[in-house]
Amino acid sequence: MSFYKITMERVIVSMQDPDMGMKMRNQRLLITVIPHAMTGRDIVDWLIQKYTITEEEALHIGNFLVKYGYIYPLKEPRNLCLKQDETPYRFQTPYYWTSTRWPASELDYAIYLAKKNIRKQGELIEYEKECYNALHKRINHTWDFVVMQAREQLRASKQRRKADRIVLECQEQAYWLINRPPPGVMDILEQGPDRRNVANTRVQLVSGQMLAIFVKYCEQYQDHDPIMQGCLPSNPWITDDIMYWNMNSETVTMPTKLRVERWSFSFMELLNDPLGRKELLTYLEKEFSAENLCFWQACEEVRHGEASKIAAKVDEVYKQFLAPGASRWVNIDSKTMEKTLEGIKHPHRFVLDDAQMHIYFLMKKDSYPRYLKSELYKNLLAKAIVPQETKKSVFPFMRRQRHSSPSPALVTQTAEDNGKAKPSAAKANAGTASQI
Amino acid sequence: MCDQTFVAITFGPCDSCSQNKPLMNIYLQNEPVNYCSLCVELMACQGLAKGETVSTLRAESENLKAKLEEERAKLHDVELHQVAEKVETLGQFVIKTRRTLKGHGNKVLCMDWCRDKRRMVSSSQVIMRSAAVCVLQEHAVTMPCTWVMACAYAPSGCVIACGGLDNKCSVYPLSLDKNENLAAKKKSVAMHTNYLSACSFTNSDMQLLTSSGDGTCALWDVESGQLLQSFHGHSADVLSLDLAPSETGNTFVSGGCDKKANVWDMRSGQNIQSFETHESDINSVKYYPSGDAFATGSDDATCRLYDLRADREVAIYSKESIIFGASSVDFSLSGRLLFAGYNDYNINVWDVLKGTRVAILFGHENRVSTVRVSPDGTAFCSGSWDNTLDFNPV
Repeated sequence: MSFYKITMERVIVSMQDPDMGMKMRNQRLLITVIPHAMTGRDIVDWLIQKYTITEEEALHIGNFLVKYGYIYPLKEPRNLCLKQDETPYRFQTPYYWTSTRWPASELDYAIYLAKKNIRKQGELIEYEKECYNALHKRINHTWDFVVMQAREQLRASKQRRKADRIVLECQEQAYWLINRPPPGVMDILEQGPDRRNVANTRVQLVSGQMLAIFVKYCEQYQDHDPIMQGCLPSNPWITDDIMYWNMNSETVTMPTKLRVERWSFSFMELLNDPLGRKELLTYLEKEFSAENLCFWQACEEVRHGEASKIAAKVDEVYKQFLAPGASRWVNIDSKTMEKTLEGIKHPHRFVLDDAQMHIYFLMKKDSYPRYLKSELYKNLLAKAIVPQETKKSVFPFMRRQRHSSPSPALVTQTAEDNGKAKPSAAKANAGTASQI
Repeated sequence: MCDQTFVAITFGPCDSCSQNKPLMNIYLQNEPVNYCSLCVELMACQGLAKGETVSTLRAESENLKAKLEEERAKLHDVELHQVAEKVETLGQFVIKTRRTLKGHGNKVLCMDWCRDKRRMVSSSQVIMRSAAVCVLQEHAVTMPCTWVMACAYAPSGCVIACGGLDNKCSVYPLSLDKNENLAAKKKSVAMHTNYLSACSFTNSDMQLLTSSGDGTCALWDVESGQLLQSFHGHSADVLSLDLAPSETGNTFVSGGCDKKANVWDMRSGQNIQSFETHESDINSVKYYPSGDAFATGSDDATCRLYDLRADREVAIYSKESIIFGASSVDFSLSGRLLFAGYNDYNINVWDVLKGTRVAILFGHENRVSTVRVSPDGTAFCSGSWDNTLDFNPV
C-alpha cells in the first residue's frame, strides 16, 4: 500500500541529482538568506522536461510532492500546494520523510506544540491550542518531560545560525502539517482499511504469433467499440437520445447490421445475443437439430440455477434428451453418454458438463459455420438496419459536432506524443470541461 | 551550509551499495558505518559467505540477468508492442465528463453496471446506492458496516449484492417502489473471516463469487447461503476478481496483496495458473474481452497484461511520471483501450497494443477507486473518494 513512497522518492532523488537535478539558489526571506531553494516554476519546468509530460500533469505531480511533505514552501508554510511562479520551496530533509520516520507519536507532537508555545506566547492557532490542551490531559504524566525537552531543544536551536534555525523550524512545521492536518484539510496519509500484506519478480517474452491474436481481436471489434468509433445514430450519453439502446434491445424486430455481423465473429457472440440465439434455433429447426440448442440451454440452467432444483432439472433433462427413445434425443458419443448416465444417478451441478461440452462443440464446428452460410443469415444481414446519424437540426442544443461522436482514433501521429502535446491539446484532454 | 551538514549525516552514498539514499548509522564489528535501509535489511536477513558483500552478490545477479537476456533474444521472442507496430496509432482522445452523480455523502468505493447498460449500483463508506442514470432515480440502502467495498448487479437486474468490513456479502432484491425499505429484505449469503473486497454474480442470480481479506475466494449458492467451493492459494488479502468470458465459463482470475494474480477452475477449486511479476499489491484484475488475457492494476504504479495461453506477462503500462498505484482497470469493448484509475486522482487511458498512454483525465479531487466501462461500451464510469461518480463517453 505504501509503494508510492518508493516511486515518489525516486523522483525526489532524481531532482536532487548533482548533474541532472534541480538548479537551486539562495532565497531571501525577510532579512535572512536561505540557501538551496527553488521556485515553483523551476519545479514544474524540471518535471516537464524530465518526464516528457504536459504542464498540467507536471503541476499535478508537483502538488503531490508538496502535499506529501517531500518539498515544503518557504513563504506560506501552511498552504501546502505548488504554485507555478517565483514562490520559493525547499526539499524536506529525509529525517522527516513519511517513509523514514516511524509514525508521529503524541509525545513528539506535544513537544513541538510546547516549543511553539514557549517560544512566543499566543503563537498557537486555534486548533493547535485545542490539541495542546487535549494532550496535556491525555499524557499529563509525561508533562514534565515534555516541557523539559521543549526547553532543551529551544536552547540548542538558539545556538544555531539564524538561517539554520529558520530552516529547521520550517521543516518541522511542514512535517506536522502533514501528520496532524488542521480540521477541514484532507488527511493525505489516509489509506483506507488495513491490509495484511506479505512480502517478494520476472518479465517474459512470447512468440510473435501468439500475440497477433490481440491485434486481430482489436481490429475486428474496432467498429463495434463506441468509444473508439462512435455509434449510430448517436451515443445516448452524449445526446441524451436513447434510440441507440432501443434499436439494440433484445426484443427488436429488425436488428442492426453491426449486430448481425458480430454474430459471425464467434459462436459465443451468436449465443450470447438472445436474438442471435433465436435465429439459430429457427435455423436448427429447419435442419431438424434444434434439440442440440435446447439441450445446451437446459444444461446451462442446471449449472447456474438454484441448488435445490438441480435434481429435478437433471431428471427433466434426462427424460427429454438422454433417455433411450426420448422425444428430443441428442446425439452424444457413447463414452460420454455412459459417463453422464452414471453420473445422473447422483445428480450435482456439473453432472451434465461433459455432455453439454460435446454438444456445444458439435454445434460450433458443424451447425454454426453452416448457419453463417445459410440464406436465413444472409437475408437477415441484407435486411439489417444501418441507423442514420442523428441530424444536428433534430437536437439543436447538442454541443458536439455533427458526428454522432467524434472518431479521434486513426489520426496518424507519431507514438508517445502526449509529452510533447501543445498546451491547447492538453487542455482538451482535461475531464472537467463540461459537466451536466 | 546548515543543510549540508544536516544532509551529510542522514543522506548520501551508502557504504555498501554506493547509491544516494537516506542512511542509518549502524555498527558493524565495532566500526560505525552508514548503510541505506535496504542494505541493512539485506545484511540482517542473509548470511554472507566469506569474501562476499551485498555488492558482489548484486553484481553477480546482474551478470546472470544479462546472460538470460542474451539467450532470450536468440529465441526471436517479442513483446506485444513490437507485434503491434504496424497497427495504426490512435490520435489524442477528447474525453468529457457528461454527468456527475453527487449523491454519496462519502467516498465512493465500488460500482457495477447493470446489464441493461443504464442502471448502476455504487457503494460507499456507509451506503449502497442504485441509480438509473438516464432518469436519475435512486434507491439508497444504509449498510450496517463502515466500508462497503464491493457491490455487484445480478444478471437479471433485479438483485444487488454488496459487503465490506462486515465480512459478509449480502443480497438485496430491488423494487420499483422507491420508498420500500430494501434493508429489510436483505439476505446474508457469504461469510468470510475478514473484509469482503470484491463480489460478482456468475452467469445467473443464483451463484455469487466473493474475494476476501482472509486470503480466500469463495463460490456461494445464493438461495441457501451454502458454500459451494472455496479457493485457497493466495498468501495475503485477495483484493479483486473477474470472471472469464470464455466459452466454457469455468474460470476466474483473482489478484491480491501477495502480488500474485491467480487463475482458478470454479468446479474443482484448483489454482490453474499463477502470475507474479508485480512489485506490490494487485488492486484490480480484468479480463481482455476475448478471455485470452487479463489486465491488472497495482500499487506499484503499473498495469500489466498477462497472456493465458503463453502463460506470461506480455505488456507493462507505466510511466516514470506516474507515481501512485492503479486502483481499478477496465477494457473498452474492443479491448484496444485500457482505462485505469489511480490514487493520484487521475484516469490514464492506455493503448493496449502499443503500450502507450493516449489520454489523461483529471476529473477527480481524490483518489479514483473504481473504473467501469458500460456493458455495451458506450461510456465508462469512475467513482472516487471525492464522493462523486463521473460518467464519460467519448
